[in-house]
Amino acid sequence: MRLLCPNCGERDVREFYYQSTAGALIRPDLDAGEVVWDNYLHNRDNPAGKTEDLWYHEAGCNAWIVVIRNTVSHEVLDAELAADKRRDTEAKK
Amino acid sequence: MRLDKKSLVDPNTPIKFQFDGVSMSGFAGDTLASALLANDVRLVARSFKYHRPRGIMSAGSEEANALVTVGFGSQQEPNIRATQLEIYDGLEVFSQNCWPSLKWDLLALNDLAAPFLTAGFYYKTFMWPKSFWEKIYEPMIRKAAGLGRLSGQANRDRYEKAFAFCDLLVIGGGPTGLIAALQAGRAGLSVILADEDYRFGGSLNAETAHIGDVYADQWVDSIVQELSDLPNVQLMTRTTITGAYDQGTFGALERVSKHLAFPSKELPVECFWRIVAKRSILASGALERFIAFPNNDRPGIMTASAVRTFINRYAVSPGRSVAIFANNDGAQQTVIDLQAAGVQIAAYVDARLDAGISGDFPIYRGAEVCDTSGRLGLEGITVRHAGGEINIAADCLAVSGGWNPTLHLSCHMNGQPYWSRHLLSFLPTQNAIPGMLYAGSVAGHMSTRACLQSGVDKACSIIKDLGKLATALMIPDAENYPYEIQAIWSVSPKGKQRSWLDFQNDVTVKDVMQSVAENYRTVEHMKRYTTQGMAPDQGKNSNVTSLAVLADATGKGIPEAGTTTFRPPFSPVSIAAMGSQGQDKGFAPERFGSTHQAILDRGAPMIEVGLWYRPSYFPRPNEKTWRQSCDREVMMVRENVGVCDVSTLGKIDIKGPDSGHLLDLVYTNKFSSLSVGKVRYGLMLREDGHVMDDGTTARLDQEHFLMTTTTAAASLVMRHLDYLHQCLHPEWDVSFASVTEHWTQFSIAGPKTRDLLNGLLDQSINNEGWPFMTCGQVNILGISGWLFRISFSGELGFELAVPSRYGDNLFRILSARAEELGGCCYGMEALNVLRIEKGFITHAEIDGRVTAFDLGMERMVNQTKDCIGKAASQRPGLNDVDRPQLVGIKPVVSVKQLTAGAHLFTLQDPAERIYDQGHVTSVAYSPTFGCFYGLAFLKNGSERYGEQIRMVDHVRDIEAICEVVPPIGFDPEGRRARA
Repeated sequence: MRLLCPNCGERDVREFYYQSTAGALIRPDLDAGEVVWDNYLHNRDNPAGKTEDLWYHEAGCNAWIVVIRNTVSHEVLDAELAADKRRDTEAKK
Repeated sequence: MRLDKKSLVDPNTPIKFQFDGVSMSGFAGDTLASALLANDVRLVARSFKYHRPRGIMSAGSEEANALVTVGFGSQQEPNIRATQLEIYDGLEVFSQNCWPSLKWDLLALNDLAAPFLTAGFYYKTFMWPKSFWEKIYEPMIRKAAGLGRLSGQANRDRYEKAFAFCDLLVIGGGPTGLIAALQAGRAGLSVILADEDYRFGGSLNAETAHIGDVYADQWVDSIVQELSDLPNVQLMTRTTITGAYDQGTFGALERVSKHLAFPSKELPVECFWRIVAKRSILASGALERFIAFPNNDRPGIMTASAVRTFINRYAVSPGRSVAIFANNDGAQQTVIDLQAAGVQIAAYVDARLDAGISGDFPIYRGAEVCDTSGRLGLEGITVRHAGGEINIAADCLAVSGGWNPTLHLSCHMNGQPYWSRHLLSFLPTQNAIPGMLYAGSVAGHMSTRACLQSGVDKACSIIKDLGKLATALMIPDAENYPYEIQAIWSVSPKGKQRSWLDFQNDVTVKDVMQSVAENYRTVEHMKRYTTQGMAPDQGKNSNVTSLAVLADATGKGIPEAGTTTFRPPFSPVSIAAMGSQGQDKGFAPERFGSTHQAILDRGAPMIEVGLWYRPSYFPRPNEKTWRQSCDREVMMVRENVGVCDVSTLGKIDIKGPDSGHLLDLVYTNKFSSLSVGKVRYGLMLREDGHVMDDGTTARLDQEHFLMTTTTAAASLVMRHLDYLHQCLHPEWDVSFASVTEHWTQFSIAGPKTRDLLNGLLDQSINNEGWPFMTCGQVNILGISGWLFRISFSGELGFELAVPSRYGDNLFRILSARAEELGGCCYGMEALNVLRIEKGFITHAEIDGRVTAFDLGMERMVNQTKDCIGKAASQRPGLNDVDRPQLVGIKPVVSVKQLTAGAHLFTLQDPAERIYDQGHVTSVAYSPTFGCFYGLAFLKNGSERYGEQIRMVDHVRDIEAICEVVPPIGFDPEGRRARA
């Protein structure tokens, strides 16, 4: 498999470390309560189709990136820097 | 029998080789198969289960019978296909799966027992008694069945892996692939053309055809010449594309030096490639298939295309009197070639009543071969025709049951092939592999001319797709016969006759019938019940025919019955090639610190710490065991002074106005409030509330920190910091870099530490100026470095960091100074003892399941701020008093040893899992206490000091009664570190 790094272009998957779903970018507040934290820490969707993952270009530029890909076709649709995505999310709040 | 005719072997270069110890000769260009046939050797192997005599059945990588072992000792390699093995001077080959010899194989008795050895035999027979399976049945079966054997020795041959990138990968270098590569190469695409053969040409190498106005081999040579002159085209022969993967990635195995008598030492045996291609053309051709008639497995029976290949490419006739059995027009070419070569045709048998054939030999239309004879090789065939049965003498039978497109790669990403009623074959489904087009006979084009046309068409479409201009090449004149075929899959047997489907796994028509009778009726069930298609050839020869037999037996059509799944690799790949450079040091590269040589000079044995190498202990002449050295080092640190290189701990340099924010988020305790020139111990949690790592962080300046991590977690923490910054707080102005290897850092510990340092430092230090947990810049022997007053031993101690280039020299100086003061260098063993005595934790304790509460550090989770893992760490379950908590354990009476990994039980309970009270994580003999001492996690441990507990190591069979004590066994008030 090959992933798209916004800094480096398309690279072999072995250069990347997989963390989790990109939902990890939206970290609850300390006092958000048990249900929200439980959901954030433990509950995951298992989509057949489009999914957003968080990867780390560990053997490359050390960027955390959000990769949008299709779990059925294995197509890599898009990627952006996690930092940009987080900034956008915060700006929309 | 070698023929005197034009061919692709070089009769001027004879080659000597041995088969089963017998010297033989062939020519350059021969494969083992062609050379054996030239020497009139027909019997090459024994079959998998019944030990039936077997010969050569094909001329390519699909060979299922003629598997041999090459070489000796650690280089011995089993199951090499004779049809792919190029001979070279000195080659030694051995037949396999026979004893005492190929001709007299005692296990051929299995063939007499065949009625019992049918599908499902093992499942039914060896069910009971259960205990017999592992000790008796399995070893017995393994000895009797199977193919070649491994040497059992480590192989030291060199293998490589490599990467390649291109616009277009053309898979298969036959007429289709060659013209496609030429079309794309001329248009300026970067092209890789790969073929598993050592010579491009594919089917053309086997034929006498013309292309345009030249012989096919001349046409091939001219195209290859032009391709090799194009700088944007890479030609790869002896290279099998083994698998198709995501995003245009392909696996490829290149056999680099296996065909050479004296390969250069620089050359690997094989190279495993990962080829990334924007587009690909599958031009893998088609494989001729067999017909399942009774006793169709004798040496001398082979595909019609194999017969043509041996005659035309190698100038070898596989027999003196050859019969032909076919159901399609393609086999007619065999007649023409045999006649041209002057080989006698014994008979032509065609299943079709209207087969258009004429010639000066017996012709049977609407007929079938219904039996064969000959013990170690074919002697005759029986033909069943309208007028009855007739026996015909023949020593070779050329069989053509039609063609199966070599579509395997198209199925590697879940593509399901579809059935063509016209060709009676499966064809690859479009778009099964993103970016891949099919051209030539794999796409169902059965004439050379149609193949060339489709090669040009597909290449042009890709060229345009990639935004370049294409002018389609002129298609030269070439063979353009129509293709007529009539279904015939199997010939009905008489009595107990067997007709083979899968030669490699000895699966017959009867086995498939039995599978259906026992209700294993779907193709996947049948495959697993009969083992059809499971051998190294993965059913290349047998799948479609077996499927047709299954479809007949179940009353379904072939398309409804469906196929089994073709998975990578296309043909076997040696593990050595896939895992090349992953052995030994390639698997675990060595990391050496700057003091490596200085440590070796002192005679210290090294131990691995992750990838790092660190000194275990520093032996002195009178010391006979590691314990003597370790005990002495511990006591010298406690009494005088010791020096230890601790550079492998992770060091992360953190700068920027938001450094404090970052540290407050990553550590449970607060760092933004730390004063410049101070050091603090910090604990890191994962977001799920468990401990991730620990270490000290120093504030070097207002906006400058230096974090240390454990050796094991250095890269993990770096990744974590990047995560917190980029994913959670990109707005923070902070940056960091790993500086682990930039600084060599020494721990200097013991009451005489200041005596050692004063004299080396430009300005001497004292307790008032440099109290515990301070840091600052110093000059040592004119070098600028950092000094941290921290201690991992419990003694007065400093850590001194200097740029790595000074590490070696400074280590020698510090060690000499330590010895003058009655001290020493100390290694990992002593370092471990010192920290266990003090109850300091490492990853033996923080194993990923441990919370701050378990360590007795819950108060380190600051209540006034958030941190990673804080929310989860407050869950009641992570603060339960019944959780195992860190304690020390001391044996009540003298014991030989305590062991890490042992479990703890109360004195009353039996030592069984349900009574488990906890486990031991670290142990050491403590010279300070004069007894063993351990750290352990014990249920509600902090409330159980003074209790006696039983340590049981079930693995090593060791027991000891211990007293539970607080984890900090030595100097609990910490006076010595502050002295």
